[in-house]
Amino acid sequence: MARAVTTQRKTLNTVIAWGIGLLIFFPILWTILTSFKTEGQAIADPPLFLFFDWTLENYAVVQERSDYMRFLWNSVIIAGGSTLLGIIIAVPAAWSMAFVPSKRTKDILLWMLSTKMLPAVGVLYPIYLLFISLGLLDTRIGLTIVLMLINLPIIVWMLYTYFKEIPGEILEAARMDGASLKEEILYVLTPMAIPGIASTVLLNIILAWNEAFWTLNLTAANAAPLTAFIASYSSPEGLFFAKLSAASTMAIAPILILGWFSQKQLVRGLTFGAVK
Amino acid sequence: MATQQSRSAARLMMAPAVVLLLGWMLVPLIMTLYFSFKKYLPLRGDSLENGLQWVGFQNYIRFVSSSSFWPSVQTTLIIVGGVLVITVVLGVLLALLLDQPMWGQGVVRILVIAPFFVMPTVSGLVWKNMFMDPINGILAHTWRFFGAEPLQWLSQHSLESIVLIVSWQWLPFATLILLTAIQSLDSEQLEAAEMDGASSLKRFWFIILPHLSRAITIVILIQTIFLLSVFAEIFVTTAGAFGTKTLTYLIFQRVLESQNVGLGSAGGVYAIILANIVAIFLMRIVGKNLDA
Repeated sequence: MARAVTTQRKTLNTVIAWGIGLLIFFPILWTILTSFKTEGQAIADPPLFLFFDWTLENYAVVQERSDYMRFLWNSVIIAGGSTLLGIIIAVPAAWSMAFVPSKRTKDILLWMLSTKMLPAVGVLYPIYLLFISLGLLDTRIGLTIVLMLINLPIIVWMLYTYFKEIPGEILEAARMDGASLKEEILYVLTPMAIPGIASTVLLNIILAWNEAFWTLNLTAANAAPLTAFIASYSSPEGLFFAKLSAASTMAIAPILILGWFSQKQLVRGLTFGAVK
Repeated sequence: MATQQSRSAARLMMAPAVVLLLGWMLVPLIMTLYFSFKKYLPLRGDSLENGLQWVGFQNYIRFVSSSSFWPSVQTTLIIVGGVLVITVVLGVLLALLLDQPMWGQGVVRILVIAPFFVMPTVSGLVWKNMFMDPINGILAHTWRFFGAEPLQWLSQHSLESIVLIVSWQWLPFATLILLTAIQSLDSEQLEAAEMDGASSLKRFWFIILPHLSRAITIVILIQTIFLLSVFAEIFVTTAGAFGTKTLTYLIFQRVLESQNVGLGSAGGVYAIILANIVAIFLMRIVGKNLDA
């Protein structure tokens, strides 16, 4: 039985929660607003909230001066590529661990997780050196491989927890009805696995898009994604708040939207199934 | 029951992931270990082709006896500890609040979670410039509005500033996980306690908090692992100046900026050991959950 809640109490909750929510969201809101101001208005005191001359000028300047599209494209390729590659490698692995478990399955899963705990800085120079000798430094393919590897444990784990929930009885029933292995995979398993794979893809794109250790250390001019592009704004040059805001808004907008869709899967993915 | 055939097929399906991760773990790890026992200064002509000089544990000793080692350990502890305390305490409170009935719950949730999706370089620079800039930042405007002298955030209160920025990024994570855990709490138990006359504080202390203890442990462990390697936020704000050089940042500087690979690798080995200590505890909890 649900407890009766007075309207008064609900109103109070609503006011407090919205207040705190807006406070936490404010830096993002402010960045978006500032991106539509002129540089002068961006630093006005008292700050301007809504009543300023809205302009798209900053977006044009950022694109023109630094070729934003190239960085965006690098981010898309690296985040998308590493996710796709990771899924291709992880699906069979997670599949076999979920449906044909052996005594060692648990150990393998935990070991995979342990590779995720390796601090990146501890292996920075070896990777740097390998990248130079293999000609991978500042290439999209090199970064795609590294991001695939650092996120592979999370992909395998997430897929494993999703596949684990597919009841084995359904497979048996299909087999009894005379389905061949191919039909079983195509018509029974795949439709049931798609939602889990989709959420894994979503979370992994977010993680890869925002990764900022390897992307900063292994790229220069050619393969730099948006994380590195934004970092180039760390040395200020005159008035630049509005341009920084425009660049930042463009860098985070796609992932904010994806992220809002994936908030439920986020918990499962980031706690390796320990909290659902 | 799985047949022999399906077992070998399973092993084959697992092979690519296992082999790749094994390589990804072992190759750089062995190289780091190897470099850590060598004198390796690429800028002074040392190279793998000419052979590196074996120096025993000299790098390990020099790394911990350098004047920047202990301050970096202290900085790391302050940042990790500060962020953990802030995110867990506020996370519990926020999760309790978001669990209450209200209008527009979904929208509030989205607002609270949003910072987690902001890439570290963006949050670092947005906070550094638009909020913490001592002349034009929002915080400076606010301080002046109340007639106070604006703070020199990133130069004079550098550690607090970094803790604030990183906490802002990780609070959504803690809140979201704790909220998920609270929602799995059996509400009948709470109602029974309420009927027996337990105050809300008592209900929190004796029912909700024990129920959350596992989720809190998981939040602490996972965040610790990520927080130990906080990098971009420092890279774009202070670049390690004003006492914000963490262990991770110190190793990065030794390896890539001053190109003392031997010394940096010894530091890297220390960082790996440290992370593993935390990881062991996390794996235990995750492993237990796997049986259930």
